[in-house]
Amino acid sequence: MISVRDVHVTFGRGTPLENRALRGLDLAVADGEFITVIGSNGAGKSTLLNVLSGDARAESGTVEVDGIDVTRWPTPKRAGLIARVFQDPMAGTCERLTIEENMALAQARGRTRGLGPALDKPRRVLFRDKLAMLGLGLEDRLGDSMGLLSGGQRQAVSLLMSTLAGTKTLLLDEHTAALDPRTAAFVLDLTRRIVEEQKLTALMVTHSMRDALDHGSRTVMLHEGKVAFDIAGERRKTMDVPDLLQLFKQVRGEELADDSLLLS
Amino acid sequence: MSLIATLGAIEIGLVFALVALGVYITFRVLDFPDLTVDGTLPLGAAVAAAMIAGGINPVWATAAAIIAGCLAGTVTAWLNIRFAILHLLAGILTMTALFSINLRVMGVPNIPLMNRPTVIDFFTWLNPFIAAMGLPARPTLRVMALLIIVTVIAALLARFLKTEFGLAMRATGANPRMARAQGIRTDMYIYVGVALSNGLVALAGALFAQTAGFADVSIGTGTIIAGLAAVILGETIFRTRSIVVAVFSCLIGAIAYRLAIALALNAGWLGLRASDLNLVTAVLVGIALMLPGVANPLRSLFKRSAP
Ligand SMILES: Nc1ncnc2c1ncn2[C@@H]1O[C@H](COP(=O)(O)OP(=O)(O)OP(=O)(O)O)[C@@H](O)[C@H]1O
Ligand SMILES: [Mg+2]
Repeated sequence: MISVRDVHVTFGRGTPLENRALRGLDLAVADGEFITVIGSNGAGKSTLLNVLSGDARAESGTVEVDGIDVTRWPTPKRAGLIARVFQDPMAGTCERLTIEENMALAQARGRTRGLGPALDKPRRVLFRDKLAMLGLGLEDRLGDSMGLLSGGQRQAVSLLMSTLAGTKTLLLDEHTAALDPRTAAFVLDLTRRIVEEQKLTALMVTHSMRDALDHGSRTVMLHEGKVAFDIAGERRKTMDVPDLLQLFKQVRGEELADDSLLLS
Repeated sequence: MSLIATLGAIEIGLVFALVALGVYITFRVLDFPDLTVDGTLPLGAAVAAAMIAGGINPVWATAAAIIAGCLAGTVTAWLNIRFAILHLLAGILTMTALFSINLRVMGVPNIPLMNRPTVIDFFTWLNPFIAAMGLPARPTLRVMALLIIVTVIAALLARFLKTEFGLAMRATGANPRMARAQGIRTDMYIYVGVALSNGLVALAGALFAQTAGFADVSIGTGTIIAGLAAVILGETIFRTRSIVVAVFSCLIGAIAYRLAIALALNAGWLGLRASDLNLVTAVLVGIALMLPGVANPLRSLFKRSAP
C-alpha cells in the first residue's frame, strides 16, 4: 500500500534554475494494485518514484508505505519495504560483481548484514532455481560477472533481484526503455508474471500507451507534477490507445504533430 | 644481490604488503582514492615507537597504532561524507595535519628502537628452524614473523570481503546508488572501509618501526604511490576476478616491487641511490598511467568501470 499526500519537490530552490518537479501530488495505491504511470518528459514520473524510494525528498506532504510514514526515511532504510528496477540496466546491478553476488546483495535487502558468508550452498541453489525460471540459461553462469550480460539479461536479473527479499512494493521506471522490442516484451511479460505471482503492489512508468493499457489495473497520467487523470475499471477496459492518446492530448492542451511517437 | 639484501627487500616488501592491502580497500573496493596513508604510515610508526620506548608492551603499542590509524581514516571519511569535501582533498587535509601530529606523538623527529622488545620477539620459536636452514638468524626471523602476520591478515581480509558485510562494502564502491536501493547504508561502509584501510597502513608503520629499529617522521613520503605500485604489479601478475586471489596478489605485488627496486639499486651501472626510490616509483607508476589501452590496470583504479 502506498499513499502520497500533497507532495511537493522542488529542485534548485531559490536559483534561476528552480524546477518544481512535483506540485502537490496525491496518489493512493491499494495493496496488490498494479498501476501504470504515463506523462510527457519532465512531468515528474521519475521524481515520483524517487520520492517513494527515498532518492528524492519531499519538502512538504507525506509519503506512506504499508501504513508507515517514510517521508523522512533515507533510501537504505526504505529498501526493507520497497524494491526498484531502474531504467538503465547498468544502474540496478553491480557489473564488477558476479551474478550470484548481485543476487546475494538483493536477498539481504532490509536485513542486517553480518559477518556470515554472503554466499553458501542453499543460497546458490535458490539463485540457480530462480534464474532457471527466466529461461535464459543464466542458471549455469552464477559466477560470471554481471558486466558480461546483455541489457535485457540484466533487466531480467534485476527483476528477479527485486523479488528476493520478499518486499511487497515494486517500482519500475521505464525498465524496458533500453531494450529491443522483443527483449522488452519478454521483460514486460516477466514483470506481469512476477507481480501476479507475488501479489505485489507495483508502479510502472512507461512511455508506451499500449503497455500502459495492457498492463496493470489502473493508469495514471502525470502532468506538471500532478496527477492529471486516473483511470481504472470499466472505463479503462473499454479504452484503446487512440482514446488514451486523446485524453493525453487534452491534458497537454495541444495537438501533437506526430502521434506515431507515442503509439509505439 | 646478496642474501642479506634480498631478505631486506622481502622484509620491507612484506611491510608494504599491508600498505598495499589498505590501498586496495580504498582504491579498489571502495573507489575512494585516499591519500591519508602518507601520514598514517608514520603515525603508526610514531605511536608504536613512542609507546615501546616508554616501556609499554609492544603488542599494546601495535594495537594503539592500529587504532590511531583507524581514527585518522575516520577523520578523512568524515570530511568527505559530512562536509562533501572531495575525497582526494579530504585525504590530503588529514595527511597534512598528521605530519604535525606525528611530531607531537614522537616529541623528536626520530626514535631509535634498538634492543627494545618488539612483536618479533613472539616468534623466536622459529629460531631452531632458521638455524637448521643455515640462514642468517635476525633478518630471517623478521621475514618469517612478518610473513606469518601478513598472511594471516590477508586471509582475514579476503574472508571479510566474502561476508555479507564485505560484499555490501564492495557494492558501495561498485555502484553506490544500487547499493542504497538494496538497503546498504553506503556512508557507514565508507567509514568502516577507510578506517580499516588506514588501520592496516598504521600497522605497517608500527611493524616498520619494530623491524627497521627506528621511527622517523619522514618515512611516510611516497607511501601511497608505493602502495599503488604494489597493487598494480600484483594485478598485472595475476589477472583475476577472484577476490581471494586479488587480495593475495597485493602481497606478491608488494614483494615483487621491492625486489625489483632492490635489484635496480644494486645494479651499479644504473647509478641509482637509495634516495632515488621515490623518483623511480613515481616514474614507474607514471609510465603505467601513460600506457594506452583498456588493459591498463592503473587507469581502471581511477575509473568506475572494471577493466
Ligand atoms: N536531480 C535533479 N536536479 C534538478 N532537476 C531535476 C532533477 N531530477 C529531475 N529534475 C527535473 O524535474 C522535472 C521532472 O523530472 P522527472 O525526471 O521526474 O521527469 P519524468 O516524468 O521522469 O520525465 P522522463 O519521461 O523524461 O523520464 C524535470 O524538469 C527535470 O529536469
Ligand atoms: Mg523519467
